[in-house]
Amino acid sequence: MIVTPQLAHFAEPLPLASGVFLRAYDLAYETYGTLNADKSNAVLVCHALNASHHVAGHYAYQPDDIGWWDNMIGPGKPVDTDKFFVIGVNNLGSCFGSTGPLSKQPDSDTAYGAAFPLVTVEDWVDSQARLLDRLGIPTLAAVMGGSLGGMQALCWAYRYSERVRHALVIAAAPNLSAQNIAFNEVARQAILRDPDFHGGAFAEHDAKPVSGLTVARMIGHITYISDDQMEEKFGRGLREGKNYSFAPEFQIESYLRHQGEKFSKYYDANTYLRVTKALDYFDPALEHGGSLAKALAPATAKFLVVSFTTDWRFSPARSREIVKALLDERKAVTYAEIDAPHGHDAFLLDHPQYHGVVRKYFAQINSLSLGRGLG
Amino acid sequence: MITRADFEVIAGWIRPGARVLDLGCGDGSLLAYLQVHRGTSGYGIENDDANLLACIDNGVNVIQSNLEAGLKEIEDASFDYVILSQTLQAMRHTEKVVSEMLRVGREAIVTFPNFGYWPHRLQIALGGHMPVSKDLPYQWFDTPNIHLCTVQDFEKFCAEHAIAVRERLVMSDGRQVTVLPNVFGKLAIFHLASQGAG
Repeated sequence: MIVTPQLAHFAEPLPLASGVFLRAYDLAYETYGTLNADKSNAVLVCHALNASHHVAGHYAYQPDDIGWWDNMIGPGKPVDTDKFFVIGVNNLGSCFGSTGPLSKQPDSDTAYGAAFPLVTVEDWVDSQARLLDRLGIPTLAAVMGGSLGGMQALCWAYRYSERVRHALVIAAAPNLSAQNIAFNEVARQAILRDPDFHGGAFAEHDAKPVSGLTVARMIGHITYISDDQMEEKFGRGLREGKNYSFAPEFQIESYLRHQGEKFSKYYDANTYLRVTKALDYFDPALEHGGSLAKALAPATAKFLVVSFTTDWRFSPARSREIVKALLDERKAVTYAEIDAPHGHDAFLLDHPQYHGVVRKYFAQINSLSLGRGLG
Repeated sequence: MITRADFEVIAGWIRPGARVLDLGCGDGSLLAYLQVHRGTSGYGIENDDANLLACIDNGVNVIQSNLEAGLKEIEDASFDYVILSQTLQAMRHTEKVVSEMLRVGREAIVTFPNFGYWPHRLQIALGGHMPVSKDLPYQWFDTPNIHLCTVQDFEKFCAEHAIAVRERLVMSDGRQVTVLPNVFGKLAIFHLASQGAG
């Protein structure tokens, strides 16, 4: 499937949760499949920490650049683009095409850098709603995402309840635990304390906080994999033998360094700080006296909540909090707890039961849409 | 085995539009039947992966969970009916599950294979071996059915646990058995409520 990224410009300022306005902005997006005549088959895919609008397929000029959820979305895949019109959108503040710290400020030749405002999950969802307006899509057959993307799907369901018919909340949590925030904070400190960070103005200094970003990613990566999986993949394996040095000797060390260094080459430090902060802030229950059920009360969508048994970043217990809130509010919800060994990253992998659940759920959405069309 | 006729009996006890929780809902066919014929809403609880997929296919809400762990995520009296169909005999904590049913539901419906069915009696009495039949197809060493009981046993259980039996039907191949149901009945269907409940 050959796809082409697109850019939508929005001239109307976007009010952000922080109180400031984003004056004008672009959203990078891709679409797969065809919007049907009554515009009832649109599916929005929200991305997690370091992904982008490039959800599926590949670019004609870059056949190796395959979308991050290509095993899930495409012709004949669980989210079948022969039936659904799927939209991938890059979040504001990202470094992959939508307006973010690397973008030029309006009426200026200088990039935002550290001046780019902090954005929240709610801000992202608001900007995505404007993209739907632009594409002429009144309601979504489904909104879906994993991890931070799942939080956006959840947010869509209560913030734009009239526009969402199904919400798929995968490997997510209703908010971050203190431990989750702690990991994010260590990652941020690695960046903030890097002498090459220059308070976020590293571009002006012709510098890049490579070591900070590397360490940040290494920390993140630990939380994406289960203990068992790490043991199985790397164990205590040594690359060559003991050198009695601090060079990477254990295989896990060399793996983490490789992942961190690779990441530091393509990711922006100011973006990393903002995305982890958006994760930390997300807490729909906060405005409702701590009641997630009350926060989700406005939702009219049907929900599919999916968790993975070995995910310790957002454990099944966190997904069951979402399920309980939905049960308390008598919402339509199906919950699948997938027995997968991979930890948090399982939501990106091709697991037969997981993909079977999503495939059958979308088949139901499709048959309901047909029913609507006939009725 | 549960048949369409058994579904009809259960459906007949359920008020239209009621909220129903089906514990161990299997492929969701009973819930789907109730949704169509009684306009019910609610959920199934099921732990098996293949059954979960079948439930989604059948268009019923299903929560993947182990019943033995209890129903702690479900508030008191949040359902009109809680159903436990063909599952009681495979539960480890029988008393706990029945009391949980009557905590989260105002009324409960329980179905189970009647161990007192006459061919079962014959197989033990004359054959000298554990019964194996269409309804109880397992050998003694591989059966999931660890708490089999007769119609009479279950009535005693209810009496001893302050559970009111609102209605009781014993079926055989989709037909009601009225003569010596504990001998000629294959499937028992009980409609329960807490004693003193209105």
